Amino acid sequence: MARTINYREAISEALAQEMDRDQRVVVMGEDNAGGAGAPGSDDAWGGVMGVTKGLYDRFPGRVLDTPITESAFVGAAIGAATRGLRPVAELMFIDFLGVCFDQIYNQAAKFRYMFGGEAVTPVVIRTMYGAGLRAAAQHSQALYPIFTHIPGLKVAVPSNPYDAKGLMTAAIRDDDPVIFCEHKAMYEVTGEVPEDAYALPLGEAEVVRDGDDVTVVAIGRMVSVAEQAADQLAGDGISCEVVDPRTISPLDTDTILESVEHTGRLVVVDEATPRCNLATDISATVAKEGFGALRAPIEMVTAPHTPVPFSDALEDLYVPDAQRVANAVKATVGYERSGA
Amino acid sequence: MSGIRPVVMPKWGLSMTHGKITEWLVEVGDRVSDGQDLAEIETDKIAGTLESNQDGVLRAIVAEAGRDAPVSGTIAILAEADTPEDEITAAVAEAREQLESGEVAAESGPVVEAVEVGGRRISSAVLGDGTEPVVLVHGYGGDKNSWLFVQEPLSARASVHAIDLPGHGESVKDVGDGALTGLAEVVLGYLDARGLGSAHLVGHSLGGAVVAQAAATDPGRVSSLTLVAPAGFTTEINAGFLRGMAEAGSRRELKPHVAQLFADPEQVTRRLLDDLLKFKRLDGVTDCLRTLQGTLLDADDHQAVDTPALLAKAEVPTAVLWGAADQVLPVPQQHSPQVVDGAGHMLHMERPNEVVQAVLAHLPG
Repeated sequence: MARTINYREAISEALAQEMDRDQRVVVMGEDNAGGAGAPGSDDAWGGVMGVTKGLYDRFPGRVLDTPITESAFVGAAIGAATRGLRPVAELMFIDFLGVCFDQIYNQAAKFRYMFGGEAVTPVVIRTMYGAGLRAAAQHSQALYPIFTHIPGLKVAVPSNPYDAKGLMTAAIRDDDPVIFCEHKAMYEVTGEVPEDAYALPLGEAEVVRDGDDVTVVAIGRMVSVAEQAADQLAGDGISCEVVDPRTISPLDTDTILESVEHTGRLVVVDEATPRCNLATDISATVAKEGFGALRAPIEMVTAPHTPVPFSDALEDLYVPDAQRVANAVKATVGYERSGA
Repeated sequence: MSGIRPVVMPKWGLSMTHGKITEWLVEVGDRVSDGQDLAEIETDKIAGTLESNQDGVLRAIVAEAGRDAPVSGTIAILAEADTPEDEITAAVAEAREQLESGEVAAESGPVVEAVEVGGRRISSAVLGDGTEPVVLVHGYGGDKNSWLFVQEPLSARASVHAIDLPGHGESVKDVGDGALTGLAEVVLGYLDARGLGSAHLVGHSLGGAVVAQAAATDPGRVSSLTLVAPAGFTTEINAGFLRGMAEAGSRRELKPHVAQLFADPEQVTRRLLDDLLKFKRLDGVTDCLRTLQGTLLDADDHQAVDTPALLAKAEVPTAVLWGAADQVLPVPQQHSPQVVDGAGHMLHMERPNEVVQAVLAHLPG
């Protein structure tokens, strides 16, 4: 039905369509236009991964280059949002949140609450996360749980091009600050994406595969890893239902619980480090709300509690893969209650 | 070629590259007639029944039930009862080798293009290069892909255009005031844009009323009409279905409404719901569907359209088909439509060959 484009093009198309539709949408970040003060479009390489390439010529004056000062331009984007623009700021690597976190968690996230609902902060902060690109400990983390922890922020983690376009469109149209997390190893992933604009609801999980034996909830790039595992397990006669939350704040716990009520088993796959991540959060929710449905202990497949290693061999071991997911599924399917 | 006629994996829809035979409905040695059900085939999008497009004896099955085969790959051999066995064996061997090696000549499939009609984008899928043009017009909430089982068999004899009405598929998401006359102008404008003087028009449901209106507006351009469960033949209509289709926001909400389209609710696959939901989420679609409800319904939730009155204005050969188990538009007691058992509102998906034969009956030769 639709044409096939990649994750990068899907995000770029959402930005372009919303900039077309709404004059208040502006894009800002490092290297959007070839460095501060650089003239013309020749150097406008559209951010470090080229996601905003092409927008500079199409939308004069609305693609803003910034100095390498996240604290300043993220703050500027948030301030502009409170005054009527709808900025999309690019925090190049999620690892850099440390230098601009006050602006995000103690300012943007609080305005709606502290001003009696009178203030809105329609800002989107695009940021790259994830390991696998040999970028070492300071450029490879999956830090989205930190934003998920903060009330007042919405957090999207699209796992495919279709969702990336629809969630970006929804993020821009939403009146709350949205942290939009793009996995840096996914920009070349392709999929069917309609040319027309569309918004996906923020807070609606997608059951990407129906199954009967075990629910596998996976976040972001881990969705494709879970699907690989599910393909492999289907050959062993194990049927996995794969759930992609799509946004981790708000989190669609209803869909997750409904699936666990059907399968009786849960595996959560999260690329983030294991303490206070989405795996523990979703597991705790299901353990409390879905206890009666569970037929086996919940399994969590996550990165280990260490920085991302620079060694290629260790980095490959660090990120959850299909084999680890399959092993966790087999552990929960094969579980037998002792003494029963 | 001593009468050997391969049965090939069909291409149902734009994205189908391969299909799996789930069941053979005929056995080796059976005499098969044109239009007879041969096999159940499943794709990642839809399950359907492959019907024979020729007479003959099923001499060999190349791809057994449970096997995957690429589009255009030979899955069985039809021939005459007296075709020598060694010729059959050779044909099977060649076909098996093709399946194993995966070297099957790719079927080109429909060409999807958009044309400008009155400054608005109208998308269509075109298949076949016959001299007779056939234009397929879907119903409320449908799109050009709903003709997937009809377009391919028709393409052997005609150039077949499946169009997306405004507000649907990949066409512009703007139906204006939603009036039937405006939608009919789009169909006639499409003929202009494609350089077609006249065409055989086939319409389903709302599309049936649209093509009838096109014939009333400009009868000289309409060679024939084939109306599949067309709107406007009775006063009753399932208004709850129309509203549900427009308002449902999730797969779960959508499913019971979509199930009313088919005699067998098992026909509603997850991919069908997914594709429908993706369509409904496009900007402007919900408004378009709401506007079209105003075209279809009067203030009492009865049908607002009078299609027989439109047909009376145009002397055009017309066939009307209906699924006996239609839960959206009941089978009319008058106008004696051809009623097909075992089918619901989506007759062209459920019993496609009946629709194909009705259209072919209008073509010369």
